[in-house]
Amino acid sequence: MSFATAMARLGGQSISVDSVEASSIVKGETLADTIRVVSGYADAIVLRHPKEGAARLASEFATVPVINAGDGAGQHPSQTLLDLYTIRQSMPVDGIDVGLLGDLRYGRTAHSLALALSLYGVTLHTIAPVGLEMPANIALELRERGMEVVEHPNVEEAIRELDVLYVTRIQRERFPDSASYYNVASSYRITTDLLDGVKERLMILHPLPRAGEIDPAVDRTPYARYFEQARNGVPIRMALLHEVMK
Amino acid sequence: MSAKDPSRGLLVSPIKNGTVIDHITAGEALNVLRILGITGSTRECLSIATNVESKRMRKKDIVKIENRELRTEEVDRIALLAPQAKINIIRNYKVVEKKGVEIPEVIRGVVRCPNPGCITNTDEPVESTFEVLDKGLHCLYCDWLIKDDIANHII
Ligand SMILES: Nc1ncnc2c1ncn2[C@@H]1O[C@H](COP(=O)(O)OP(=O)(O)O)[C@@H](O)[C@H]1O
Ligand SMILES: [Mg+2]
Ligand SMILES: [Zn+2]
Repeated sequence: MSFATAMARLGGQSISVDSVEASSIVKGETLADTIRVVSGYADAIVLRHPKEGAARLASEFATVPVINAGDGAGQHPSQTLLDLYTIRQSMPVDGIDVGLLGDLRYGRTAHSLALALSLYGVTLHTIAPVGLEMPANIALELRERGMEVVEHPNVEEAIRELDVLYVTRIQRERFPDSASYYNVASSYRITTDLLDGVKERLMILHPLPRAGEIDPAVDRTPYARYFEQARNGVPIRMALLHEVMK
Repeated sequence: MSAKDPSRGLLVSPIKNGTVIDHITAGEALNVLRILGITGSTRECLSIATNVESKRMRKKDIVKIENRELRTEEVDRIALLAPQAKINIIRNYKVVEKKGVEIPEVIRGVVRCPNPGCITNTDEPVESTFEVLDKGLHCLYCDWLIKDDIANHII
């Protein structure tokens, strides 16, 4: 996990959930109790949890800062910071065209990124399979913040307009059977032939790990920026940890 | 008796002490009771009139609760369902206090979050918490927005 790496590079130590479990926190304990206990062990808590709102709950019970490292289908703010940082290294964020591709319904990285981009006058292009579109409350929030959101039925229609294409995982478990998953996943796959005529500065990003959404042949093009993006996770998380503990 | 002539108007028999919730949006009386946490097993003596004629509202519902004076924190949540409701406190048959309902900024533990993945729908020691916005009720944990049918989500 990049938070553990970041902590180590800052010269600190981290306790992972596994070692916390080993030291007596029993299964079935509430998150609230775990947080109260871990608050006594650590100077900050980095929480990834399957339920939406878990980090907010944790912050009420913690006596140390809590960083949300992903709450169910909710938010993933530290990923968003590194996404913005990666874009910013190549171009100003203001006014660019960003495409969000994949599972925009359950994809928390897409939710956090979209909300953050609404602060920058970005035009958002959404490309999602039927049933996996952006949740209505987030779409409403984006429009209320004045963001232009354009929905596209496929990647081909949008890709030439984009400065950034942000690809997210489409998960097998969102589909009733393998065949329908395979069908949808293959029609949203990024291959080199899709890249004909795209903007020269197009950046393809992905929060990783990927599961076939991007053909490995794309890795060799100048548009592939996802490994650079992943690397940026370390300094961003170092900065975050430092910020909450300094 | 009420200051006015009770023969013209009182649909149910007068109460000596308690609370009358008047001018409830027609059809919402039972939901108003639910949002107050007054259910079928309550010990309060209740009378409910629905769809009665009203000069101001054409039709309205009325709820009368004997021997209980509702507090402001209790009644404000009524505004979510019946913003025009009036609370009348009755003592010795007389209306001694009359107040409108104000939409609260935050409501706790009254409405269940419709998002099954929300942390408030688990065993965690936490109450559902919504901020009341013009566009609906916003879950302060998972950001879900309840736009309408609030009555369906009352716990
Ligand atoms: N003693 C009582 N028992 C039951 N209901 C009463 C009593 N006194 C007043 N009410 C009811 O309380 C509401 C408010 O009463 P009042 O202030 O007299 O009238 P209004 O608000 O219509 O001008 C009315 O619905 C009235 O019928
Ligand atoms: Mg009247
Ligand atoms: Zn919720």
